[in-house]
Amino acid sequence: MDSKAGVRADYYKSLKRNIFIAVVIVSFIPLLIFGGIIRYVFQTSYTDRVRAHLATMVKKHALEIDTFLTERQANIVSLACAYTYEQYADNTFLKEVLGRIQNAYGAVITDLGIINENGEQISYAGPFQLEDANYSDSEWFRHAISSDIYTSDVFMGLRGQPHFIVAVRSYENGKPWLFRATIDFRAFNDLVQSIHMGETGFAFIINRDGEMQTDFSPRMEADVNRYSKIFTQTITDSPALLSDEPLFDSFESGTEKEIIYVAGLLKKGEWALIFQQDHRDAYSNLYQARRVALLTLVLGGISIILMAFWVSRHTAIRIAEADKEKEIMNRQVIQSGHLASIGMLAAGIAHEINNPVAIMVEEAGWIEDLMEDEEFQESENLAEFTRALGQIRKQGLRCRDITHKLLSFARRSDQRIQFFNINDLIREIAELIAQHARYNNVTITLKLNENLPHIEASQTEVEQVLFNLINNAIDAIDKKGGHIRIRTWQDGGMIRFDIQDTGSGIPGSDLEHIFDPFFTTKPVGVGTGLGLSICYGIVKKMDGDIIVESTVGKGSRFEIRLPVPEAEMEPEQDWGVNIY
Amino acid sequence: MTSNDSTDPIRLLLVDDEVEFTSVMVKRLGRRNIRAMTARNGTEAIAFISGNEFDAAVLDLKMEGMDGLEVLKIFKEKSPEMPVIMLTGHGSHQAAEEGRACGAFDYLSKPYEIEDLTRIIRNAVSERKESA
Repeated sequence: MDSKAGVRADYYKSLKRNIFIAVVIVSFIPLLIFGGIIRYVFQTSYTDRVRAHLATMVKKHALEIDTFLTERQANIVSLACAYTYEQYADNTFLKEVLGRIQNAYGAVITDLGIINENGEQISYAGPFQLEDANYSDSEWFRHAISSDIYTSDVFMGLRGQPHFIVAVRSYENGKPWLFRATIDFRAFNDLVQSIHMGETGFAFIINRDGEMQTDFSPRMEADVNRYSKIFTQTITDSPALLSDEPLFDSFESGTEKEIIYVAGLLKKGEWALIFQQDHRDAYSNLYQARRVALLTLVLGGISIILMAFWVSRHTAIRIAEADKEKEIMNRQVIQSGHLASIGMLAAGIAHEINNPVAIMVEEAGWIEDLMEDEEFQESENLAEFTRALGQIRKQGLRCRDITHKLLSFARRSDQRIQFFNINDLIREIAELIAQHARYNNVTITLKLNENLPHIEASQTEVEQVLFNLINNAIDAIDKKGGHIRIRTWQDGGMIRFDIQDTGSGIPGSDLEHIFDPFFTTKPVGVGTGLGLSICYGIVKKMDGDIIVESTVGKGSRFEIRLPVPEAEMEPEQDWGVNIY
Repeated sequence: MTSNDSTDPIRLLLVDDEVEFTSVMVKRLGRRNIRAMTARNGTEAIAFISGNEFDAAVLDLKMEGMDGLEVLKIFKEKSPEMPVIMLTGHGSHQAAEEGRACGAFDYLSKPYEIEDLTRIIRNAVSERKESA
């Protein structure tokens, strides 16, 4: 039995586990698939948007800076052509020109200088003392003298301050000369440094050699080589260098920090405007969304697991209960099948036995009849003969009683459900049984509530219950006599009736068995042990209850509770007393 | 014991398919001043009542061929005044009640005390006489 229970417990445990796993899988798979799809779509579209936005921004700024450079160049070219070499060679005139330009464009152009073919500065207008400077050894001079217009990279030069120059070559008597203007680095620098984005986005300009053309930003990498690498690797090597489209590059810098670089070309590809931003910063919304999604996933996962746990536990318990109910039902079906076959057998036996027993009893009776004749009256063993024959008759009648009981057990036939008054039935039975009761010195008192609603049941069955209980009560009372009280009353939704006797009572050890089939305390042959078992079955079938209270020596009380049919009202209590 | 009543014996028709039963009953009833004629089945019994006068009949419910209730119905048609007492082997109240509804005087379950039977027979006969 224990091992069977263990096997069953294992079964429900594994059932619970399987349900749990199934629920978790079924819930998680769609969650993950949809989550994944949404994440992918969102990430792709968001990344594209950010990239497009950054590209537009860089392109716009690059164009702006390029325009600034071109405009300054155009200013300077037109200045260079506006006057002759002789006019410019005059310092005073040059200063006047510078003053005019600065008035028109602000302090963007810091100074002006006229340089002859040998690199000697012929005239100079500006804040520095550079009147006699010689640039013949400067790299920019070599470049400038060999091209029509030249814009240098940013360099410190003779003045010791970062600056870049624009030089325009002109000819005077077949000899080239240069009109040189210095562009204010700070004004240019401010233009670039005004580009900001998020917390970490900033821009700078480098030349082809990776040299900074703008101020270092405190956020810049210490390793400046990286920038030259970006330029060389991603811009120089790329054919996109020739196009206007900004270039992207992003890579891990040192630790786990990922950085995006967007580059736009300036100055016909000589410089590049590079925008740098931390990946996390640029895609902060994406990261935020990812965090929210992850949190949702975790919370969802936890609730799925809790739910799965609850569902599996609940289902397993329900199934266990259903199994138990099924088992009980199966047992009941087996038992009722059993009883039905016993019933049929009993009916057959009863009939087959009663006829031969009747013959035996009658034959014995015939001998008794004959014994009454005079010739037998002197017989020595007359008394013994009479006793033996009487015994045959008595035992024959006992056989009849037994078969009758078996039959009534087997019968239970009239199961038609009717509405009827329990009081009427009790009165009928009390009348029927009154003779038998009187014979046993038993008085029966009825205390019936006359306002009881009808009950809905098989009358035959209720009759059987009453017969059994009253007969038992009479049997429990010894020859000295006693009293039986039958009451009916209503208590809420139940109609109750009880049969109380002043008989011998039932010992505690027997109380728990009295409803078991074939349990009897009566002498062998007197009781079949079926009466109370039948009563119990009938009452339970009617959704009722049967209760027994008993005190040895004082008597027993059997109470039956039957449900009031829904159609019936609830009348008030009223005791009517009848004595039989 | 009323072995020899001075009055005329009661003429009784006893219908039962158990010959062992009827033969002992005839002897026992004879001692009680009841003269019983026996029939082994319904057909025989119906033939008897056509040619004879009976004060009462005792009829077994369960017999080969026609059962007791069918025979009872024919008795009631042919000889409605004759009281009929039903005997039942398996103590079914239901069948016995049915018999009563069809006009049977009373019923008894086998085995019974002979005195119970004779008492019922006498009651039936005297009631018949009174009503006549």
